[in-house]
Amino acid sequence: MATVAEEWLNICGGCEVAILDLGEKLLDVLPSLQFVHMPVLMDHKYFGQTGEKSELEIPKADVGMISGGIRNEKEKHVAEEMRKQCGVLIALGSCACFGGIPALANMYELQELYDKVYRGSKSTESGNTPTIEIPPLTDRVYALDEVVKVDLYIPGCPMNPAIILEALTALLSGKPFSLPERSVCDDCPTKREEKSSFNLKRPLQDAEFTPGEYNTLRCFNEQGMICLGPVTKSGCGKPLNGGENIPRCIKGFMPCRGCFGPIRNDANPMVDMMSALSAIGLDAKLVEDRRATFNRYIGGQKRLRPLPTAGRRE
Amino acid sequence: MGKQIVIQPVSRIEGHARVTIQLDDNGNVADSRVNVVELRGFEKFCIGRPVEEIPRIVTSICGVCPWSHHLASAKANDAVFGVQPPPAGKKLRDLCNSIAYTEEHILHFFFLSGPDFVMGPDADYSVRNVIGIAQANPEIGKKVVRNRHLGAEMLEIISGKSIHPVTAVPGGFSKPLTPKERDKLLPMAEEVLEFAKFSMAFAKENIFPKYLDTVKTLGVINTGFMGTVTDDGTFNVYDGKLRLMKPDGAYVDFTYDKYTDFIGERIENWSYLKFPYAKAWGEGFSMDHINPKGIYRTNSLARINVADKIATPLAQKEFEEFRSKFGRPAQLTLLYHWARLIELLYNAEHAVELLHDPEILSRETRIPVTPRAARGVGCVEAPRGTLIHDYETDDKGLVTNMNLIVGTTHNNAPINMSVNQTAKLLIKDGKYDQGILNRVEMAIRAYDPCLSCATHDLNGRLAVRIDILDSLGHLINSFKN
Repeated sequence: MATVAEEWLNICGGCEVAILDLGEKLLDVLPSLQFVHMPVLMDHKYFGQTGEKSELEIPKADVGMISGGIRNEKEKHVAEEMRKQCGVLIALGSCACFGGIPALANMYELQELYDKVYRGSKSTESGNTPTIEIPPLTDRVYALDEVVKVDLYIPGCPMNPAIILEALTALLSGKPFSLPERSVCDDCPTKREEKSSFNLKRPLQDAEFTPGEYNTLRCFNEQGMICLGPVTKSGCGKPLNGGENIPRCIKGFMPCRGCFGPIRNDANPMVDMMSALSAIGLDAKLVEDRRATFNRYIGGQKRLRPLPTAGRRE
Repeated sequence: MGKQIVIQPVSRIEGHARVTIQLDDNGNVADSRVNVVELRGFEKFCIGRPVEEIPRIVTSICGVCPWSHHLASAKANDAVFGVQPPPAGKKLRDLCNSIAYTEEHILHFFFLSGPDFVMGPDADYSVRNVIGIAQANPEIGKKVVRNRHLGAEMLEIISGKSIHPVTAVPGGFSKPLTPKERDKLLPMAEEVLEFAKFSMAFAKENIFPKYLDTVKTLGVINTGFMGTVTDDGTFNVYDGKLRLMKPDGAYVDFTYDKYTDFIGERIENWSYLKFPYAKAWGEGFSMDHINPKGIYRTNSLARINVADKIATPLAQKEFEEFRSKFGRPAQLTLLYHWARLIELLYNAEHAVELLHDPEILSRETRIPVTPRAARGVGCVEAPRGTLIHDYETDDKGLVTNMNLIVGTTHNNAPINMSVNQTAKLLIKDGKYDQGILNRVEMAIRAYDPCLSCATHDLNGRLAVRIDILDSLGHLINSFKN
């Protein structure tokens, strides 16, 4: 029996739902886990059950799990407390691993966000930014490992339940866990000819395919529609209950946008994607909104920063 | 001033909140306000992005109702590009929306709120949760886990990705449904329908009669309501027009793009989260829980209140019974749960109905679109309330402006009011215990708030600040987490 504490920081809740998406397999795992803290499902409180204590308390746990990146001092404090109290700390999902979609905000200064919300909204009676007793936000969105040491990473937006199960099983039996350094393309069933005879185009019309048959679909990049498969870690399509391993956006006949993050920690997906496109004869410089597209889920760890206002598109 | 009580974090809701209650010298509740002190910034960082990419970005506003944001965004895209999806494209979106509803309503009723009723509001926190339910009633626990997950599995079959979906695109849906997929889905949808029937019967037998007194007293406020109906006033969660109803039942209907004529958002200097109100009523805005002004509510109870009828037979039968019992508009806050179970039934029935419709198998699911400068407003009913996505683009189809009002934000003022009412009702002479504090949280849970959604502006984590006011409304004290 392992004790588990779970926290969510700068989140959407999708990773918690992904845990529930273990379905009936969750009921098989539950007997070996004892949850001691998990705000989404249970009522353990920070300051005692009737708020009688003055210090934030998270119980000791063998395993700590945190979803979400960090955006304010309070979240930082909770992350540090979790690190102190938990034996192994797992970063759940791409927000915790790389900053996730919310880290697109790292392209702007904080003040610009306030200006938009309070003085640039058509349904709002404009006013000053609220200032009374507001906890300080961090200057940008941080990935979890920029703030505390992380032992294990489970990327994805959201995570794949099959991989959560694999990681938990490994952990409970004391075995190491990591995802292989493979790309989404390694699992992709689409047809490839290693060259493109098309021009770059935006996905404003259907790709050509026979419904239900993925191998009738031509590689999106070769069709001229940007797909981040070449620079994205594989694993999203891993089935929980048998069946084919097909990247999940491809299953929807849509191109990958990189939600599993870089194939290697030290990779630079922006540069790698440009060379992947050049290799099949496309002009990567013509990709619309290149910076935000190639870094969509990975804007933490300083991959996205504000540009000087002059050179910025608005 | 007397003692201060802090409930932190509010649990079994989506997102983060804290409640602080200030007692006076006699140990009674002086007053309280719930303040949201964080934001995210989607409306800023979506500017400059190609508009067709937005349905794949705004999903991350909420991982619990990603389909709602995905579909509202796809509908705003349709409007921006000036197209209507072909019938099969529209039906596939509608189908996914209804399946997502069943998944989310099961999640909320059994995983989040159910423990208060099944295990009891005073049960120890270690068992007052879904794991406690599963251990005490393994058969029900298994059924609940399985049926919620069936929704996710169905969405994967249809679209590849159930959380943060990708298949609703400008002009329709990126792939058709094959007969083989349909055949796989039908028995799953029928099983969920059986479970929806079971849930309603279970609640009517074991929960609602037992908690009738609680329903009549906890979180009670009197407000207006807003929701979506079709042209003939029928309940709908995917498409229609908006209906804004006053507390006395009088209403006006309007199209999505006119929302700014009817709804305004207030900024209070003590909260990052804005306060939508019915500016069209011309009475201003007040969160006094006894004499509110301009306050309307959204989410399940609101949708049931504004509708004249429901298009599926079993839900219609329940709808009639509900209306004859509680009138129109029904005001009791805990009736949100009852209304939610009627919606679970409707969406389960509607999913089966759509899967039997031969047109849903059509190969024509999408029409191509061309970028242009335009404005487009797309709405759907998210489980937690009306979702409004309003986009403007330049001639390259890049976003130049974006405005969002989401389900839970509409309920910002009502949640404050219900918390205040409940705290004042239950905490007397300085006496309270964890069961009473849990009842304060039950008033919040009734609204199934999604605080990730509500704080889309800048930051997913909701934190709150509570201001304590004296009887004249002067700030005496304030607290933050």
